[in-house]
Amino acid sequence: MTVWLVAACLIVCAVLAAAQTKNSCLDCHSNLPEPLGVSVETYSQNIHAQKGLTCAACHGGDATADDPEKAMSRSAGWKGKIEHKQVPELCASCHANAELMKKYNPGLRVDQFQQYKTSVHGQRWAKGDAKVAVCTDCHGVHELRPPSDPRSKVHPTNIATTCSRCHADAEYMKPYGIKTDQFAKYQESVHHEAMTVRGDLSAPTCTTCHGNHGATPPGVANVTNVCANCHVFQAQLFATSPHKAAFAAAGFPGCVTCHRNHGIKHPGDHMIGMGEKAVCKNCHVDGDAGAQQAVTMHDELATLAAAIAASDELLTHAERQGMEVSQAKQQETQARDALLKARVTVHTFSEKELKKDTDAGLAIAKQTHAAGEQAMVEWRYRRVGLGFSVAAIALVLVGLGLYIRNLEQK
Amino acid sequence: MATRATNVRGWFDDRFHLDDLKALAKKKTVPLHRYSYWYFLGGMTLFLFGVQVMTGALLLLYYRPGADEAFESVQFIMTQVQFGWLIRSVHSWSANLLVFMAFAHLFSVLFLRSYRKPRELTWMSGVLLLILMLGFGFSGYLLPWNTLSYFATKVGTEIPAQIPVIGRPVLLFLRGGEDITGSTLTRMFGLHVAILPAIATLLIVLHVGLIQWFGMSVPPGVEAAWAKNPGERREIRFFPNFVLRELMAWYVALGLLGTLAALFPWTLGVKADPFAPAPAGIKPEWYFLFMFQTLKLIPAKIFGMDGEMLGILAFGVVGAVALLLPFLDREKPFHTRRWITGLACVFLGYMAAMTVYGWVAK
Repeated sequence: MTVWLVAACLIVCAVLAAAQTKNSCLDCHSNLPEPLGVSVETYSQNIHAQKGLTCAACHGGDATADDPEKAMSRSAGWKGKIEHKQVPELCASCHANAELMKKYNPGLRVDQFQQYKTSVHGQRWAKGDAKVAVCTDCHGVHELRPPSDPRSKVHPTNIATTCSRCHADAEYMKPYGIKTDQFAKYQESVHHEAMTVRGDLSAPTCTTCHGNHGATPPGVANVTNVCANCHVFQAQLFATSPHKAAFAAAGFPGCVTCHRNHGIKHPGDHMIGMGEKAVCKNCHVDGDAGAQQAVTMHDELATLAAAIAASDELLTHAERQGMEVSQAKQQETQARDALLKARVTVHTFSEKELKKDTDAGLAIAKQTHAAGEQAMVEWRYRRVGLGFSVAAIALVLVGLGLYIRNLEQK
Repeated sequence: MATRATNVRGWFDDRFHLDDLKALAKKKTVPLHRYSYWYFLGGMTLFLFGVQVMTGALLLLYYRPGADEAFESVQFIMTQVQFGWLIRSVHSWSANLLVFMAFAHLFSVLFLRSYRKPRELTWMSGVLLLILMLGFGFSGYLLPWNTLSYFATKVGTEIPAQIPVIGRPVLLFLRGGEDITGSTLTRMFGLHVAILPAIATLLIVLHVGLIQWFGMSVPPGVEAAWAKNPGERREIRFFPNFVLRELMAWYVALGLLGTLAALFPWTLGVKADPFAPAPAGIKPEWYFLFMFQTLKLIPAKIFGMDGEMLGILAFGVVGAVALLLPFLDREKPFHTRRWITGLACVFLGYMAAMTVYGWVAK
């Protein structure tokens, strides 16, 4: 009896569940060609479908009706194709509704539409520009996946490509008069390398600096603030440096003046000084006080880097000879930390401050180099010791051999 | 001076009858034939065990068992203690040579059929000693607490866990818990420096005592030739002729040990990190490699039974057969005597091939 009751309950639940998720639209549209076609596979991977929403949630109509006339009747609220300009408000009808969104994803923000309206995209959309990006241009339409899905157009690894679809299209961007080389430069940058080569999903992409829904090109005044979100210490030190006021007076933005914006290359010691690739010479000329200080700072960094490299080479050589130098190798990391710190301190543009870090690093590198030299002295001592020991053993063996021969000849 | 030495000797002679011992040493002989060189392997194994005891005792002066201290103490021995590097390197190299020599000694005794009556117990104590030496190697391997030893012990202790019924209790006993921790280290330390040495000392006393009691075995072929032609029988005096030769073998072993330790000092590696992923291609010490490689290659299921478990049982059977070999060396009822040398050759070839395969395999 109990078994029958349970079976009946299961059947009722299954029927109800089927009725709730019934989506008759797919019966026809899964067989239609683009742009009207939506395959069952695409639909099944759509985040909205996974949350139990049907086509009717956006397009209206009655997805439970098998008759196409009823399903797509105006009386059932069928809207048909959604116009590009209608998209933001349609999406916002749910995504700006905190009460409703709580049911599906309590953690999701509901201010995207508000932010969008403050962005250049949103402002142009409000003025009737049909070319600017709306929600579906970035997130996709029927293949819409959550941002955490690597196949999503707004997954961190795909964002730059998504933005580039418009912003790297010179013809498309022509009316707006802005450059279209950002994506090409970004692909050469250290940030792109971190994202794609090292797989660091926290590495900056377009939206990290420009924002996403509230996308707006940051003005000169706040570029340093954007970089400071990650490069906190460098920004703090720059704020105390003489360059802060000088850059502001000259109308230069902060970080990007030396490091560039989209095409940020891996920074190196070559950037400071008056060498071929140094950025200081963009403003300073040979012989001025700033140039002299830049050259000194470059030399201090180079000296420490060379001292660490020499120590490392010696310790590695000793290690290959079988010497135990792991403590010195461990200590060497402190010298590397000092060099790293010095490279951050560069942003004070103070030779005195930099010297504190490089001196600390040099002292450690000197100790580790001495440990390497000591290891090699010990290595040579062992070789000599081995030679004497083997000779002594050989002598004893010869002596024993002669003694035995003598003994047995008697 | 000479009078004082004579007095001391006289004091001992009064109590221990040294002249009787001297007479016995003069009377004791060792057979001399074309296989006599194999007699030195046992002595060299004993010498290497002595080296292990001495270097181990010196290492004990500074070694501290414990997950937080073991690595650092070995590092200290190798960098700060005078000749600490040499003692540790000699201990490590000697351990490997000892196992090699013990295997060589076992197979030489097997091929010369020296396990025959009345030397059954000598053979059995020798097999048990070899197993103990492997136990020394396994327990000592973890003591430096580096990455390699940590993960090799992890893999090694998982192997007996496959044995039905007793597998899991054995694993828990060896590890002192579910995982390799400081408890495992102190357990292995206890085994390595107290329990195994105590058993080994008893077995060595028994083994050497039995050798002295029965004398050196003469291979059956040589024995038959001597029986036919008694004039061909040759012997040398145990003392000093054989002892001096043995001393030469020990010096050779000492020179080899010193050279290996100085030219290829045993490295320490990186301190074990239980939270780090296991390094790729982790392998046990070479003397366990043939078993490890066999268990790697064995199919997961054989006739519906767990392949690894069957492999372990097979090695258990081989061990039992080796232990009881003197009792299987007989003509009746299955002519097993004729099979022993052939099977031993096959097993030796298998061990060598699997060791090389395990060494080169990724």
